[in-house]
Amino acid sequence: MAETRFMKGNEAIAEAAIRAGCRFYAGYPITPQSELLEYMGAHMEAAGGTFVQGESEVASISMVWGAACAGNRAMTSSSGPGFDLKQEGIAYLASYEAPAVVVSMMRYGIGGGDITAGQDSYLQAAKGGGNGDYRLLVLCPNSVQECVDFTYQAFDLAEKYRNVVLILGDGAVGQMMQNVVLPDYVEPNINRYDWVIKGRAAGEKKNKATNLNWYMGDRPWEAHIREKLHRMQEQEQRWESYLVEDAELVYVAIGVSSRVAKQAVKMGRAKGLKLGLIRPITAWPFPRKAFEAVNPDVKGYMVVEMSIAGQMLEDVYGATQFSKPAYCCCTGIDIPVAEDVLARAEQALRGELEPEVAL
Amino acid sequence: MAEIICGGFGGQGILTTGMILANIGVDEGLEVSWSPSYGSEMRGGTANCSVILSDDEVGSPKVTYPDYLVVMNLPALQKFEHSVRDNGAILIDSSIVPTDRAFPEALPVYAVEATQLAHEAGAPRGANVIMLGALIKISGLFSEDAARRGMNRFFERKGKNSPGNDDCFTLGYTRVYRVQ
Repeated sequence: MAETRFMKGNEAIAEAAIRAGCRFYAGYPITPQSELLEYMGAHMEAAGGTFVQGESEVASISMVWGAACAGNRAMTSSSGPGFDLKQEGIAYLASYEAPAVVVSMMRYGIGGGDITAGQDSYLQAAKGGGNGDYRLLVLCPNSVQECVDFTYQAFDLAEKYRNVVLILGDGAVGQMMQNVVLPDYVEPNINRYDWVIKGRAAGEKKNKATNLNWYMGDRPWEAHIREKLHRMQEQEQRWESYLVEDAELVYVAIGVSSRVAKQAVKMGRAKGLKLGLIRPITAWPFPRKAFEAVNPDVKGYMVVEMSIAGQMLEDVYGATQFSKPAYCCCTGIDIPVAEDVLARAEQALRGELEPEVAL
Repeated sequence: MAEIICGGFGGQGILTTGMILANIGVDEGLEVSWSPSYGSEMRGGTANCSVILSDDEVGSPKVTYPDYLVVMNLPALQKFEHSVRDNGAILIDSSIVPTDRAFPEALPVYAVEATQLAHEAGAPRGANVIMLGALIKISGLFSEDAARRGMNRFFERKGKNSPGNDDCFTLGYTRVYRVQ
C-alpha cells in the first residue's frame, strides 16, 4: 500500500528527492525554505547520501555542480537573494550540461526582500538568471502532492535533457501542510551515464567536465543547445486548464495564486460568470499550447500573481500574440484572496480596467 | 466544510491545536490544509495558523474569513474577530482573554479556562488540547469519538501518546461555556 503522510511542502520536496535517488544535497538556510534543508540534514545520511550545509549559497551550488558531474543525483534549494547567489553555478551547470535539481521557494520583495511568500522570482526563473543563452526546465507545484510528484520527476527530466530542472514554489506552498502519497524509492547507479567523471585506469579514455563548446567547437555547440531548447520547448509544455472552453475571462496563475484563482473561478461560475483558469505547470517552457483551447471569443486574460508589476504578463501576451487584452491582479506581499480576485475579474469584464502594459 | 484560525502566543501550543484538528480531518477522509503564519504576519505578538477542512479541493491555504476563531491571547482575538463569518463562532481561553469586553455583536462567543484548567490538572502543556476539546464540542466538526481517535493517532505518531491527552480533551469538551 502506498505510504501517505501529512507534510509541509518543503519537507515533501526533500522526501521525494531522497526517494528519487538524490544522494547529494548542499544548501544554506533561508526562510521560507529552511525546512527543506533541515529535512535533508535529518534524513539524507540514513539514505546513504551526503548532506552538506555549505558556508554559503555559492559554495553549495558549486558542490552540487561537482556532484552532478560525477553522476550523482544532486540538489540544492534556496529562496530570493539566496537563489540570486546560485545563478553563477546554475549557468556553469548549463554550460557543462550537468543535470541537477534546484529548488526556489519564492519570497516577497526586491534584493533581500522579506521572508514572507511572494512570486517575484518568476522572470529570473523562467528566463534564466545567469550568464548566457540557456533555460531551466521550470516546474511549478501548487500543492504538497505536486511538490512530491514534480520533484520525483525532476531528476529524470534533468538527465533526459542534461539540463537543470528548477522546482519553482512559493513560501505559501512550501509552508502549507497537506496529506500526500509518497512514491517508491529508487537507487540509481552513479555510473549509469557515459559522460560522468570518475577515476579511470591508465590508458582508459577520460571524460572532461567542462564547457561543451571547448571540445565540440562553437558552431556545433550552438546548434546542439538550440536544438535541445527547441525540443524541450515543444515537448515539455505542461499546464492545467480549468473551464476555458466557454470562458469570457481566463485567469493565468501559478503556485498559491493559482489555488486562489481556481477558487475565484468556482465562485464566479456559481454567480453565472464564465471564468476560467490556465495554470502553467512549466514556467519554462511556457505552455502556449494551453491557449489554443480557450474560447476564441474570450474577452481577456488576467494574471494573478504576488508581484508588483506583473512578471508573467509578457508570457501571456506572447502566447496570445497580443490578440487579447490582459489584466493584472498583482497582490504584492499579500496572498490573493478569492473574493478580491473575483471582484477584479468583474471589473475587467465591465470594462472598468485598462489592459495592463507588459514592461 | 469549515475554515479555522487558531492564534495565540508562541509556546502555548495553539499551532498544534490546529495541526491535530487537521490530522483528524485527514483521518476522516477530508481535503485538508494547515498553514502557519510567519514573518511580518506575526508582528503584534501572535502566532497563528489556518486550517481548512473541506469536502472539495482546498483553494487558498490562508484563511481570511474563518468560520471558527480559536484564540489563546488578546492580540489574536483583536486581529481576527472582525473577520469571522456571520454564521461563525469565537472560542477563547478565558483564563487569558477577558470575557467582560465587547465582542462582535452577532457572533456566539464561547470560553474555556484552558490554561487554568491545565495547571489544575497538573498538565500545564495540555491547554491547547483543552481548546481542541472545547472546539469539537461547540462546532460539532467531528464526533467526539472521531476527534479523540484522530488526536491519539496524532500523538502516537509523534511518540507522545498519554492518557493525559484524553483527560485534557475531556476538560475542554465538558467545561466550555457560552459567554455571548
